[in-house]
Amino acid sequence: MEIHRFEKGWLFASVLLIVGFVATVTYGGVVGGVQMVDDAGGQVFADDPVNSPNFEDPGVYRSGPGEYDVYVVAKRFAFEPGSESPIRVPAGSNVTFYVASADVVHGFEVVGTNVNAMAIPGQIARLEVRFDEAAEYGIVCNEYCGAAHHTMAGQLHVVPQDEFDGGNVTEAP
Amino acid sequence: MTFVDDYPAAAKITRWQFLVAFAALGVGGLFGLIQALHRTGVFRGFVSSGDYYTVLTGHGVLLALVFTTFFLSGLFTWGVTRSLERDLPNPTRVKVWFGMLLAGTILAAVTILGGLVPSMPFEADVLFTFYAPLQAHPAFYVGLVLLIVGSWLIGAEWILTFREWRAENPDSRIPLQTFMVMATMLMWYLSTLGVAVEVLFFLLPWSLGLIGTVDPLLTRTLFWYFGHPVVYFWLMPAYFVWYTILPKLSGGRLFSDPLARIVFVLFLLLSTPVGFHHQYLDPGIPSGFKFLAMTNTMFLLLPSLLTAFTVVASMEHGARQRGGQGRLAWLKSLPWDNPAFAGCALAGLMFAAGGFSGMINAGMNINYLIHNTLWVPGHFHLTVGTATALTFMAISYWLVPQVTGKKLRWRGVATIQPYVWFLGMGLMSNAMHRAGLVGVPRRTAEPQYQNIDFGGVVGGIGEMRVQIALGGTLLFVALALFLGVMGATWLGHRGGTLRVNGSIPEPLSGSEHAPKVLDNLRLWLAVAALLVVIAYGLPLWGLASDGLLAPGSSPVPVSLLP
Repeated sequence: MEIHRFEKGWLFASVLLIVGFVATVTYGGVVGGVQMVDDAGGQVFADDPVNSPNFEDPGVYRSGPGEYDVYVVAKRFAFEPGSESPIRVPAGSNVTFYVASADVVHGFEVVGTNVNAMAIPGQIARLEVRFDEAAEYGIVCNEYCGAAHHTMAGQLHVVPQDEFDGGNVTEAP
Repeated sequence: MTFVDDYPAAAKITRWQFLVAFAALGVGGLFGLIQALHRTGVFRGFVSSGDYYTVLTGHGVLLALVFTTFFLSGLFTWGVTRSLERDLPNPTRVKVWFGMLLAGTILAAVTILGGLVPSMPFEADVLFTFYAPLQAHPAFYVGLVLLIVGSWLIGAEWILTFREWRAENPDSRIPLQTFMVMATMLMWYLSTLGVAVEVLFFLLPWSLGLIGTVDPLLTRTLFWYFGHPVVYFWLMPAYFVWYTILPKLSGGRLFSDPLARIVFVLFLLLSTPVGFHHQYLDPGIPSGFKFLAMTNTMFLLLPSLLTAFTVVASMEHGARQRGGQGRLAWLKSLPWDNPAFAGCALAGLMFAAGGFSGMINAGMNINYLIHNTLWVPGHFHLTVGTATALTFMAISYWLVPQVTGKKLRWRGVATIQPYVWFLGMGLMSNAMHRAGLVGVPRRTAEPQYQNIDFGGVVGGIGEMRVQIALGGTLLFVALALFLGVMGATWLGHRGGTLRVNGSIPEPLSGSEHAPKVLDNLRLWLAVAALLVVIAYGLPLWGLASDGLLAPGSSPVPVSLLP
């Protein structure tokens, strides 16, 4: 079989591009520490995540110095916590989100950031995030969940450390 | 002699397939216009924001499933018949399968549209992805089953035609068009297994109350097992056109038959073991499987990059045959006033842009930024919404005269139509991509949230909305122009000179240069199945081993309000 020399060059460049893409993703994962949402969060009861053994009541928990766990339940058409009152964490902290759905598939997207995961009934989406600076973020559900899907939103407030009173925080069990 | 005179039975079936495809295109396109105006807030008088999702479901199902499946059925019926030079073995049977597809379409469409009519007792506002535990009326799932099984049976007719031909021509190379149809259909059989199992064993019995719960992650995984290859089911017919017809329309011939075969074999092998790249952000799936799917996805770029080379090289060859010269000046010698050519070429150009945004989607970690944002529909309106849809429309200008025996009417309208589509999609898609980068979600009736600021990007949200609304309107205008041309042609009289014919010149490098092993379809199907077992065996076992229905979700009917 004969391949034109221009086509050989193109083929070589294409394979190089593909290998390069795979290499950058691998670099991001291994060196950059970008982890994928995976099965590390464990499972919950699909219809009742809060009463599952490995899921806490929705809220913010301090698990160590500068370490917080946030348990979020996505339910048509609100995030708890998040929608009724903002999720509040201090700047300069490491936050682990545990997101579960109580009914249908939802999305959990902190607007303008890489914090983005699906909430699938029966599964816990676990995301580790570092917030260095104070900022106010919107949270939107980015998967269709029913007729009022477009109203499902919330707030995440990363507040300066000296203003953080910890009033919403429970010590981790 | 034209196709309709040589193969009247196949021409009739092709006409019917096209007719349903164009009807679905018209209704689905109208829904698209309503969405573009509603989302952007330009006009919200058509439907309420709750009913927006009914319209969105209709748009997805009618365009992505119905329009594509019917059109490619017609196109492939033409291609197999033409390239094997024999009519279908049993046209009556094909009509039965056509009826099955049509019944499935009507059932699904009526159930979806029931969402707009409060007095109708059925709804299916579950979108094109129908993720459990949102639940549609059982008729929706029955419609899906009929559509899928109908497509299998029509495909079987092409395979039977091929086998009859093979029995008489044991040593000949498979004609290129038939080879492409076979590769596409084998890929389709392998990949639709996922959605068939999902609907038949889980969603349908669950919607009928025969089983109480389903595992949302398992059914979703089965959907995406099918959900990425279906993309290639839309694209491979466009490639079929670009490889076998576009070179002739450019004034030349295909650059390389062997490379075309290699590309289709690669699609057969790599289209299916990639579905997890739609589930990068799903909990419950180990990252190793996601990484494997990501690697396969990146290698799936290869056949598309090879296609870019071959198609452009064939066009350049054609342009030079027409007297084109210079490094780039040959572009001016292409027949830009021929809508069949211009549509295919513009579709290919937009597909290149869509390919690049697809590389971002495929990049496992950068995907966090754009997953489920407006970027994603921005991407696939360039691929299925232009590479496929505009190619199908463009080639209709060439093919419909041949299957009807009627001259193309309103040629002036047809000449500008691809450019209107190109402009509209350019406006809409670039704005959708940029809006996605700042986090504007997809699948949302009102992406105007209180207290949420989508900022920090070139332009602004207001400017993007204007572009999306204007682009969507232009796309609808282009669609109306297309349907006008088709209607006028269809209703015209037979006779006169058609100005088109179905003869296709031999490639510059012909099938005699292609290694024989490329035609060994059984081998490639076996390798494809093996790759699927490697990519899906362990993860599916992991999801199923804790109980096929666990963790189990009770149904949440779409009609139910919390």
